[in-house]
Amino acid sequence: MCTVCGCGEGETKIEGHAHEHDHDHPHHHDHDHEHGHHHYGEGPAHAHAPGMSQSRMVQIEQNILGKNNEYAAANRRFFSDHGILALNLVSSPGSGKTALLTRTLDDLKGELALSVIEGDQQTANDAERIRATGVNALQINTGKGCHLDGHMVGHAMQSLEPADGSVLFIENVGNLVCPAAFDLGEAHKVAILSVTEGEDKPIKYPDMFHASDLMILNKTDLLPYLEFDVAKCIEYARRVNPGIRILQLSAKSGEGMESWYQWIRATRQIVMIDHPELLTGSGICA
Amino acid sequence: MHELSLCESILQVLEQNAQSQGYSQVKAVWLEIGQLSGVELEAMRFGFEVVTRGSLADGARLEIVELPGQAWCMKCAKTVQVKQRFDECPDCGSYQLQVTGGEEMRIKELEVD
Repeated sequence: MCTVCGCGEGETKIEGHAHEHDHDHPHHHDHDHEHGHHHYGEGPAHAHAPGMSQSRMVQIEQNILGKNNEYAAANRRFFSDHGILALNLVSSPGSGKTALLTRTLDDLKGELALSVIEGDQQTANDAERIRATGVNALQINTGKGCHLDGHMVGHAMQSLEPADGSVLFIENVGNLVCPAAFDLGEAHKVAILSVTEGEDKPIKYPDMFHASDLMILNKTDLLPYLEFDVAKCIEYARRVNPGIRILQLSAKSGEGMESWYQWIRATRQIVMIDHPELLTGSGICA
Repeated sequence: MHELSLCESILQVLEQNAQSQGYSQVKAVWLEIGQLSGVELEAMRFGFEVVTRGSLADGARLEIVELPGQAWCMKCAKTVQVKQRFDECPDCGSYQLQVTGGEEMRIKELEVD
């Protein structure tokens, strides 16, 4: 694939062996890692236009994130063509994203085809936690990067090869700021906030809660020991995003998890509107 | 926020346009950045200088035009000014606002050689 790809050297590493394809542009691959990670970044064009020396103005009117948006649109098209529900899970570090995910995978893997992209700055620890559930997972290490972008997810898709009609969870880098601006092509951003954090996080990090369609309030089993004002938190979230849906649950005790599963099922049904063939005879939908 | 990666995207756009627009050096870049875009302008200036070093935009001047945050108040049924995403309507105090402007992050124009 990678038709609009600016692959070059960089700090990002994607697990797997997705780089058998030929690129017709300068490329730097560094295969010194046991998984054969994929390194890339931006590739300078080094364009020259001889004979032009007069200073002049050029109107370009381009969105700074235009390139990322192109990659994201390509991903969205891929997801749509294959009836895949892609969810972008965003939160601060330590909100219990991975624990929520492993429980979700354990509970839904008998019912739905699932796969996971794990984004972290370093280590494949989270992907290993996910793989322990038996679900296919791919780790992306962003190096110094603070977010996943559309380009990385597009490449991850080549290695991960999620099944038609499946649900793909993309666990973004733990960060409530940067991932808000970078579209990955997902159907929905899901913001996870735990009750051990401040109830004012939605207004401290308004961009993320504005960009998300669902907010999950996690670790509710700890509420009796904390002074977390749930009503206040919900009010703050609605201030930045009047349309946001909110679920309260505990991935540890299991309380509230069924609502989250219903949300996933219902959201997937919407994707299936264009793919009636995937609802029958595929064995992935009860 | 992520000003450094935004600056890398800007440089990419400058390099991609070099051939089609026929320039080899960028002397100035005008950006339009909305007040609600989450971009820290000082970090942007710093990142731009760092990222463009040794490139076709080395030493280029960065001009940033800030665009105001605007929202449609559903209760007042009119456009109001907001400074932050969670601001209430300055007239009626409602939070039922739909942001309509101020999220821009655009490269407007270039001065090139």
